[in-house]
Amino acid sequence: MSPRTALRASSALALCVFAAAASAQDTTITIATVNNGDMIRMQGYTDLFTEQTGIGVEWVTLEENVLRQRVTTDITTNGGQFDIMTIGMYETPIWGANGWLVPLDDLSEEYDVDDILPAMRGGLSHDGTLYAAPFYGESSMVMYRTDLMEEAGLEMPEAPTWQFIREAAAAMHDTENEVYGICLRGKPGWGEGGAFITVTANSFGARWFDEDWNAQFDQPEWEEALTFFVDLMNSYGPPGYATNGFNENLSLFQQGRCGMWIDATVAASFVTNPNDSTVADSVGFALAPNAEGVEKRSNWLWAWALAIPAGTQQEDAAKQFIEWATSREYIELVAENEGWANVPPGARTSLYETPEYQEVPFAEMTLSSIDAADPTNPTVDPVPYVGIQFVAIPEFAGIATEVSQEFAEVYAGQQTIAVALENAQALTNDAMEAAGYR
Amino acid sequence: MARAVSTRRKIITTAVAWAIGLVIFFPIFWTILTSFKTEAQAINNPPLFWGFDFTLENYAVVQERSDYMRFLWNSVIIAGGSTFLGILVAVPAAWSMAFVPSRRTKDILLWMLSTKMLPAVGVLYPISLIFVEFGLLDTRIGLTLVLMLINLPIIVWMLYTYFREIPIDILEAARMDGAGLRQEILYVLTPMAIPGIASTVLLNIILAWNEAFWTLNLTAASAPPLTAFIASYSSPEGLFYAKLSAASTMAIAPILILGWFSQKQLVRGLTFGAVK
Repeated sequence: MSPRTALRASSALALCVFAAAASAQDTTITIATVNNGDMIRMQGYTDLFTEQTGIGVEWVTLEENVLRQRVTTDITTNGGQFDIMTIGMYETPIWGANGWLVPLDDLSEEYDVDDILPAMRGGLSHDGTLYAAPFYGESSMVMYRTDLMEEAGLEMPEAPTWQFIREAAAAMHDTENEVYGICLRGKPGWGEGGAFITVTANSFGARWFDEDWNAQFDQPEWEEALTFFVDLMNSYGPPGYATNGFNENLSLFQQGRCGMWIDATVAASFVTNPNDSTVADSVGFALAPNAEGVEKRSNWLWAWALAIPAGTQQEDAAKQFIEWATSREYIELVAENEGWANVPPGARTSLYETPEYQEVPFAEMTLSSIDAADPTNPTVDPVPYVGIQFVAIPEFAGIATEVSQEFAEVYAGQQTIAVALENAQALTNDAMEAAGYR
Repeated sequence: MARAVSTRRKIITTAVAWAIGLVIFFPIFWTILTSFKTEAQAINNPPLFWGFDFTLENYAVVQERSDYMRFLWNSVIIAGGSTFLGILVAVPAAWSMAFVPSRRTKDILLWMLSTKMLPAVGVLYPISLIFVEFGLLDTRIGLTLVLMLINLPIIVWMLYTYFREIPIDILEAARMDGAGLRQEILYVLTPMAIPGIASTVLLNIILAWNEAFWTLNLTAASAPPLTAFIASYSSPEGLFYAKLSAASTMAIAPILILGWFSQKQLVRGLTFGAVK
């Protein structure tokens, strides 16, 4: 056989094999997702889903910001590349309102949509219609070192104030041993440092906009919040905190470099995991703080959820997958194989009623934090928007990223608080005017 | 006449060159080193240069989770294909600009380069719409075309500079001997410009291999190259630096090896014409 004939024969054979493989699996759905631990775990179980339903699953894992850009382009240009996309609480109501997502209003009875935590359901709906099913949800809370607190002779209340947090940070701060009193996010980006300073401001009584969409950075509450944050971090935070985000702080905390860390509740399972964390057995939890006398706390609400873009050719298969991945049965499947501490948290009420899960050290505080978050009423004074650490309007991501850059310059010591607030006020009002809100 | 160089001076220059080389190479070295650590050791502070438990686990996990060969194959096709197409178009273009320039040649060259001054995201929507319209989304041919067009100005510029170094008299001599246009480009010009073309090809393969905007934004499940493979290991919530490093090492290894073997050619091509 000449090389050419051999090549032809082998290509033909390859084609046959390919065709056979294709016919065995009639339907294949493509899912865009992010590289978070729970998502990766889910990918490992998808073979079971394919076995049960005969539906093949292709995963496209992307970096979070790339994912957002990618799926927005795909939806707006009718690209039709994805049948399911992993999106958050910020995008869901906006995209739902635009008609970009398939409403999830006809999920099966066994799925028990009423079991979804009310805060999550509210945040993933628009006008009462659910547009994305939460795969896992989070709020934020204080994680602290029980051993260092004990050494300092302090006891963490269940619901601390910022003033107490400052006192505890001062007591635990030990530069000689490179232990910093507190680690918080300063990294620019609306979902990084931008989210954190927004919730901090909420807990000082500030808000992004008044009811006529006027920026509020010229109000004393913002100045108070930012001054407190900067002073706290400059005194008791790690050096270079202006570039620290979730992952940087996680790394510091796991190495025992932070007395306290206020961040996403999902971090609890990382810092208590003895394989990765050197302080796994001495971590305590408390509600996110508020300034004394302010009724709003600084805890946020977020969910990574699965949604179906309008225009998909595989709507039924996609729905079947969403029902499987966000079901009680899936949670039980993970619990059985990897233990209750590793199930996707924060999505279903029934999870928190499971006796085995109640024994997980961070379960109770996670639920209390999620319950205490109300995206429809996030601030002391009334606001025209929905969202706690974000404002659910399309323009917010751009504006808040710029504002967080202004603030990060303060954290890095490159500009004053007054100038940063002035710039934030001007750029926000300009952008809102250009977008037609004012 | 060559200048006399003292031994001391030689030692100093060599040391400085090595130091700069090491500084430039350090991030890659660190990535490779990190890929052999556990996740906990990867984030250790102070950073660990030695004394960590050498592990291949990250590579095993990465290989198990993603099909490396599929991404690699896509990268090879896209980078190779776009370079081949680019050269095919650019050689005649650069020939005409170098040997039969018109009054507007300089303007055209500058205009071509100016297309590189627009940030890629500025044309994301038009390109996406064209791709949707022609069914090119998530196809290797689509990406090959886009990368070819993006790198074309650079290829033309590089070839134009190399061609300008070739005395036109040689081409004229060939013409007088009866060579046609095709023969002139193929048998006279190209062999003389081989070092220049080779380094253009190599540089362009590297650029196309590393291109991480269009390759991420225009692909999904079928045609993603190694850039998408790396991106899938970046995580907003969770520390996977060791695995990310392993994925990065696997992604840059082929191009690193190619660069290694073609070092001489690359340097020769890049300095071609620098000394007369």
